[in-house]
Parts: sequence; structure tokens; C-alpha cells
Amino acid sequence: MNHDRIIGLFLRLYVVIIFGLIFAPIVVSFIFSFSADRFPSLPLSAFSLQWYEAVWNDPQVLAAARRTVIVGIIVSVLATAIGFGAAYTDYRYSFRFKPLYVALGFMPPLVPILILGLAMLFYLAQLGLSGHLYSIVIGHTVLCIPFAMAVIRLRLAQMDPALEAAAWNLGASEWRAMMSVVVPFTLPAIFAALFVTAALSFDEFAIVWFISGLEETLPVRVLNFVQGQASPRINAIGSFTFTVSIVLVVLAQILVLTRTGRPRGRIMGGGK
Amino acid sequence: MKLRQSAADPETPGRARPSGFALFWATPLGLWQLVFFLGPLLFLIALSFWSVRNYRLMPDMTLANWTRIFNTGYFWDGYLRSLWYSAVAAAVASILAFPLAYTLAFKISDRARLFGAGLLITPFFTSYLVRAYTWRTMLGAGGIVNDVLGFVGLGPYAMINAYFGTLVGYLTLVLPLVALLQLLSLAFIDRRLIEAAHNLGCGRLRTVFSVVIPSARVGLILGAAFAFVLCFGDFVSPQILGGSNPPTVSLLIIDQVRAGSHWPRASVIALVMIVSLVVVVSAAMAFAYRRPGR
Repeated sequence: MNHDRIIGLFLRLYVVIIFGLIFAPIVVSFIFSFSADRFPSLPLSAFSLQWYEAVWNDPQVLAAARRTVIVGIIVSVLATAIGFGAAYTDYRYSFRFKPLYVALGFMPPLVPILILGLAMLFYLAQLGLSGHLYSIVIGHTVLCIPFAMAVIRLRLAQMDPALEAAAWNLGASEWRAMMSVVVPFTLPAIFAALFVTAALSFDEFAIVWFISGLEETLPVRVLNFVQGQASPRINAIGSFTFTVSIVLVVLAQILVLTRTGRPRGRIMGGGK
Repeated sequence: MKLRQSAADPETPGRARPSGFALFWATPLGLWQLVFFLGPLLFLIALSFWSVRNYRLMPDMTLANWTRIFNTGYFWDGYLRSLWYSAVAAAVASILAFPLAYTLAFKISDRARLFGAGLLITPFFTSYLVRAYTWRTMLGAGGIVNDVLGFVGLGPYAMINAYFGTLVGYLTLVLPLVALLQLLSLAFIDRRLIEAAHNLGCGRLRTVFSVVIPSARVGLILGAAFAFVLCFGDFVSPQILGGSNPPTVSLLIIDQVRAGSHWPRASVIALVMIVSLVVVVSAAMAFAYRRPGR
């Protein structure tokens, strides 16, 4: 029917506009990062890599970038390991306080990061753990565990429970079955969780801003840039980290999609 | 309701003594989140009764911080303003996201839907700070948006350092998430319901309002609730795009901390925020999971 077509066309146009709005700041920042002007305006008067150079030659930025990467790697491994244990526990066992246990795992995103940062600042100070790189690791791990747990739990939901039981019947111990059945099956999700949590940690600034003391990370450097004398360097840092994060995410996507039995379109309830 | 027993292990009842194997996998989460998540939040309660002397925190049992904050009109203004700002942002995000999620769920091919979902995930991995900052340059007096508006003979409008700017920032933060949650819930709707509605002579809009929206209610409310939580706690948009004036409750917390001597008062505000969020989210969940038709 013609009427349907017009509505369909309008809806598609609407989708394009909203996606345009969502991606406008990302694209514009990317363009501005190559601007030769001090004040960002379009069209660019000339193409220039000066802001990338400025960033590259700024020892503070480089030190912050190094910390960001170190923290991100440790956090992703820790959060994924803990998240795996929690997801497996949720999958395999039922016990009295399980709803509480699962809630504890999934709750952190519901607490504003600002408040989490504030609370951690004083709590870690009391424990003598504040102002170090590992303080940031502690804070970020709390934040990242739910995401690792969710990703791995989703994968476990696709595993036939009989698989593990079959391994036991064939004489494998629980540990052996874990290593030769559960872990291989979950591997794509484990990698996905590693990349997702690393990307989350790379971008988190509120917790670090509160608890890091002098050990600032890249996002906090950006926060200080943004709050102080705004500089087009922000665009260069942003575009660079965006590229890195996207590579991580695409890798995670590929891992999840290629080794998952069925295409994700089905899970999303596709079909006409 | 009894939890669904995992079929992998029908012989081990839930009450049996946990094995070392089970404890090995279960304990890290419990331990880590108790010590480093619940611990700090509980400590915040204690801290709200402490006092500060000469810029040093002193353990105490005083209600001074609570009465001080509760008797400050400034706090209540900021608090109510934040509730309102976040509610508006959650509503606007939900309304803007719905046609998007609807189109992705029903009107396009599986591949396109997958691609759309991928596009919605992408922003989470870009810096929110950078995006907010870019909006600031785009919406400013000499920014692109005003340039374009001027080209068609409109403006210039003062869009930043006002709630409009804050709202744009909030939407930048939450719109993709809301759309994603809506898409997930819409994608799980049983298509036969929609076909049945059509067969029974339901018009297009009527189908949306009396079949699609009720069926996807949980996801729609969840999306709005998440948007509210994120906006309520955000301090970047009100600061960078809203110009910090008038302040939101999150900015009040930062002021208390930055002023250097009022950490216990910051804790009081943080606790009030947490209680408010628990109330709002529980109400939203109760509404989402309430049995229909009673």
C-alpha cells in the first residue's frame, strides 16, 4: 500500500536523522582534530597534524596514556576473571541468597559514578590504599565486573547443560570439565569481556578524578583540558582513543559473532 | 518463586555443603563487591556523621551535616532541579528513541537491524567528555549550528550555558542506551500479536499504543529509568554545556569537595541522591513488572 510506503520512508529518514545527531559530535571532533586553526570552525582552512604533534610531545599526556593502558589491561583481566566466576556460579548453582548475590554483581552501574568515586576516595584513604595506580584498578574493576559477568552469562545461557554432565560421566573431574568443556565454549565471550571492560576502563574519568591523586589517566587529562583552557588537543586525544576503542570493540564483535553457533540476528528476534 | 534449578547438576540440591570447586568460582565476586563496592557506600553513611576540623576529617557522631544540608534552600533547589532535569531528559530520550527502535525492530532486514544495533553500541566507546566538549563548540555563539541556522535566517540562539545545552549533553549520554534497551524489548515481541491486532481491524497507531507499547513495557521503563539514573549523577553536561549555573545536585557535591572542607556534607548529599535513586528505580520496576489488567 502506498500509505505504508510513505510512513516507512518517514521512519527511515527519522532513523538517519537521529543517528546523524548521535554521531555528529564524534565526526565533528574527528574533523577538528586535523584543523590548522586555533578555534574550531568549518570549513577547515587547512589540514594539519599539529594537535597530534602537540599531544605526542606533551609528557603529561604520554604519562597519562601509559597509566590508562596499564590500568585498562589489569582491570580487564581482573574483572573478566571475577565476572566469569560469578556468571558460572549463576549458571550452575542455585542457593539461598542467589538473588542477592546476582544483584550484588549487577548493582554498580545503578550507583552514579560520581558517588562511587566520592565513597571510594574516603574508604580507600582509610585503608591506606588511595592515590595509587592500584586504587584506580580497584575502582574500575568494581565498575567493569557487571559487564564482564553479563557478556559471559549470555554465552553460558547457550551452553547445553548436558555437556558438562557428560564430561563428568566420562570420568572428568569438575576442574577438568571446566577446563576442557566450559572454558573453551565460553572463550569468545571471555575475549569479548576482556575487550569491553578494557574499553570501559580506558574511558572512565569520574572515579579516577576522585581517587587518583597525582596519578591522572588520559580521560582525567581530557577532563582537566575541558574544564580549563579548552584546546583542540582534546579532539586529537579523543579521536585517537576512539580509534583504539573501536578496534577493540570490533575485535570483540568478530569474536562473539564468528564462534557463536547461531547468528545474533535470531537472538534479537529477527524474522519477518 | 523457586529459582530455576540448573539442569547441569540435578543431583546436588541447593542446600548441600558447597564444594571447594563451587566456592572457588563464587567467592571472588562476593568478596570483591562486598569490600570494594558495598564497603565504600556503607562508609559514606558513617562519614556523613563525621566532622571536619582544620581541613581534617574527624570521626564523630554529629547530625550537624544533615541539619545543615537539609536546612539549606540552595540544596533543595539544586536537588529538585536535578530531579526535574533528569526526568525531562529521560522522557525526551524515550520519546526520541522510540520511533528509532521501532523502525529497527520492525521495518528493516535482519542485517540492517544488526548493523543498527552495532551503531548504537559504538558511542559507548567514545569519550563522553570529548563529545560534550564538541557539542559546546558546535552550539556556541560562533558554532556550526548557529551558522547553519543563520544561513536560513534564524538565530543566533544562546544554546549553551542554559538547560538546552545540558539537555543536549544528557541526550548524548543516554540516547543510544535508551534506544538499545527499547530495541531489545521490541525485538522480543511476538509478531503474531501484532498480526492478530491487524486482523482484528486495529489501525497502525492503535496497534502501537495498545499492543506494541504494552508488550515492550519492561524495556521502555527500564530505558527511561536508566536514563534518569545516568543524568541524575552526571556532572559533565551541567558543567560544560549548562555552564554550572544554576547548579545540579551533582555539581553541589563537587563544590563541597572542591571547597576543601565539606566532605561529610558531600556524603549527606550523595546519600540523599542514592535514596532518591533507589526510590525512583524501585517505583519504575514495580510499575514495569506489575501484573497487567488488575
